Amino acid sequence: MTADAAHEDLPVAARVRRLEERVIAAGLASDSELDAVLARFYANASPSNGARIVARAWADSGFRDRLLADGSAAAAELGFGPQVSGYELRVVANTPERHNVIVCTLCSCYPVSLLGPSPSWYKSLAYRSRTVREPRAVLAGFGLTLPETTQISVWDSTAETRYLVLPMRPDNTRDLTEEALAGLVTRDGLIGMAAA
Amino acid sequence: MRFPPGTRVRAHPGDPDHHTRLPRYLRGHVGEVIAAGQEWPLPDDVACGIAPPRVETVYAVRFTAAELWGAGDHTVTADLWECYLEGTG
Repeated sequence: MTADAAHEDLPVAARVRRLEERVIAAGLASDSELDAVLARFYANASPSNGARIVARAWADSGFRDRLLADGSAAAAELGFGPQVSGYELRVVANTPERHNVIVCTLCSCYPVSLLGPSPSWYKSLAYRSRTVREPRAVLAGFGLTLPETTQISVWDSTAETRYLVLPMRPDNTRDLTEEALAGLVTRDGLIGMAAA
Repeated sequence: MRFPPGTRVRAHPGDPDHHTRLPRYLRGHVGEVIAAGQEWPLPDDVACGIAPPRVETVYAVRFTAAELWGAGDHTVTADLWECYLEGTG
């Protein structure tokens, strides 16, 4: 069974279909308008976008400073202006002292255009409720055990800010090109659930 | 800007009977403003059909795990509209 087929059978998919039918029946939007909105939302949405931003920040300390000061403006420098419109992008940097984790306890807010469609675990009640309460245990479940001395900062995306984690640059990568650096970045790393 | 960075604020303890983006687990707890962000329409007003909705500064407020849960060494930072917050002074 493909992931798509599995999704079609989920209660939430049935709920969305019912909601769409009501919206269309009420004349608020047409089927094709809804499809167009979704197509725009997912166009070019990929974690490779977030990876490019991270690789540039690893390679260029000036860009890193601008990215941490104003994520939206720095993303626009790389041509991601349209992708980050409609919200405020805040980039939070991991250090040996502090590890950042992103969650949305209210729903599943997430910078889709920079990270691609969110994984199902990100939307699960378990992830959303446990991450704000016991992030160290959640991270361990993902195979990332941090030193006790590393503080964990959880960011709950409750408003119109979307978060991107800037992982630490891995060791022994001095000779890598920016493109090769981008290849080291994972979607989970951009959420804070992996080291990079 | 009503709450400059460094201000200690309390999230409103109330349980409104309408949509809100103030999570229940933060209500009544005290945190510290770490940044004042942009101004955005208040989702509570939008959901209630109030036009135009209030437009307010959204603050990044950091809470300690000890404050929220009574244990733990992490922090949780949430983005909260101004009317969700009150001063502690």
